[in-house]
Amino acid sequence: MSGVFAPAPGRAPMRSVVASQIRMELTLTARRGEAVVLAMGVPLLVLLGAGLTEVTNVPGDDRLAFVVPGVLALTVMSTAFTGQAITTGYERSYGVLKRLGASPLTRPGLLFAKTAAVLGLIVLQLIVLAGVGLAVGWRPHFEAILPALGVTVLATAAYSGLALLMASLLRPEATTGAATLIYVLMLAAGGIMFAAPDLGTFGWFVLPLAAHAEALRQTLSYGGSVPTAIWLSLATWAVVFVTAAARKFRWE
Amino acid sequence: MTAIEVRGLRKAYKGHEVVRGIDLEVARGEVFALLGPNGAGKTTTTEILEGHRRRDGGEVSVLGADPGTAGSEWRARLGIVLQDADDAADLTVIEMVRHLAGFYPDPRPPAEVIELVGLTPKAKSRIRTLSGGQRRRLDVALGIVGRPELLFLDEPTTGFDPEARRLFWDLIRELAAEGTTILLTTHYLEEAEALADRLAVLAAGQIVAQGTPAALGGRASAGAKVSWREDGVLRTEQVPDPTPLIRKLVAADTDLSTLTVTRPTLEDTYLSLIGAHR
Repeated sequence: MSGVFAPAPGRAPMRSVVASQIRMELTLTARRGEAVVLAMGVPLLVLLGAGLTEVTNVPGDDRLAFVVPGVLALTVMSTAFTGQAITTGYERSYGVLKRLGASPLTRPGLLFAKTAAVLGLIVLQLIVLAGVGLAVGWRPHFEAILPALGVTVLATAAYSGLALLMASLLRPEATTGAATLIYVLMLAAGGIMFAAPDLGTFGWFVLPLAAHAEALRQTLSYGGSVPTAIWLSLATWAVVFVTAAARKFRWE
Repeated sequence: MTAIEVRGLRKAYKGHEVVRGIDLEVARGEVFALLGPNGAGKTTTTEILEGHRRRDGGEVSVLGADPGTAGSEWRARLGIVLQDADDAADLTVIEMVRHLAGFYPDPRPPAEVIELVGLTPKAKSRIRTLSGGQRRRLDVALGIVGRPELLFLDEPTTGFDPEARRLFWDLIRELAAEGTTILLTTHYLEEAEALADRLAVLAAGQIVAQGTPAALGGRASAGAKVSWREDGVLRTEQVPDPTPLIRKLVAADTDLSTLTVTRPTLEDTYLSLIGAHR
């Protein structure tokens, strides 16, 4: 028998499963496009406010060289961490994730798809913000873009891992509160609008935002390379939180 | 061949044992129903079999694997209709079905699945705009899109109108006829009776009866109640087998225009079973 009702079980190759999930995540992101645009409001305000006026003290003479990379790093955190944590927390409480848990999609598969989708969105946001930066006079070193992308991928993975871990452990309201609080604290202490507290290399390990911002400054603004300690810091954050999320992530 | 084999299954939440030693066996190609009141342990049992929940004790084999450790290849052979997937996603019905279809090598065509559950007029509506019954039908569509060999249905027809329920029953019969094994939990006795080859009644975490719908809980041997009116007076007799009595009445030329013979319904049997275990 091979009628329309006959079973024909099996799983598509994991690559297609994950690709399908990435498409779904991107579709859902596009559906809440207003939220995505609004999420760029704060970075844009910081860029124009701190970049073009003297409201804050920034190190060096070139304000834009300091501020624009910081704003790019802030955007990565805002989307990969704050936005991701809040959305996933609510998805879990709405039962969206439980449904996926009933499918052949694996936990690492879902985490990868969510991180990849968020990375796609981040690239778009960074292009827009870098464009605004260019328009107001930021002069980046395009030849240093590869290491800048490298640290950005690491930072995205780290934030996304932490976001998914939080969304798994806390109720959605608590996730929203904690994610917003961390965002504000990082914005204050992360060396975006003004210099970060000088904690030396140690600072890069406790403040991933400061580390990422500094790496983008060293490469894009000054045409240099990423300090080894920053590679190490961001890689550690990424490995620790992605692993923790893959272990602790709950579908419901 | 068995699709599901369970021995001594136990599960407690915070010290309160909700599944207390369940034994089950479901053959391949069988439609098996789990009946029981709320809190009897139906959903917990089902979710353990689906690999959604860990068990505290007992042995479980589903399609030859232990659901506690089986991977995504195994999971891809199951179709799961969850009880409480109250999904408010901003995807449309067709997008969601198409998305899940992408997880399987030989899925049913999404439009066909949507037609099978009667959701074609809603195919392009966002999921969060659907009514409760429509969402359940979407759940069923998502459960069968991957052509599973074992389908779990946890109270699938809650919120269905009678027409949708008939449509669903036809669908389940077609799936079963072509070889899908189905484990169904339900509140609706007529649903279990209409669909199940065998069923088990669960009360307070234990199976209190198991068998075919016709024979459940000694229903087949429970005897019959024969009633008729004789000279305007209602006569009723409870007998193990109504045949000799009716033969006697016929021989005596009794007027049998008001004769009724009733056996305990599945509902009577069910209520007395769970009543005894409260």
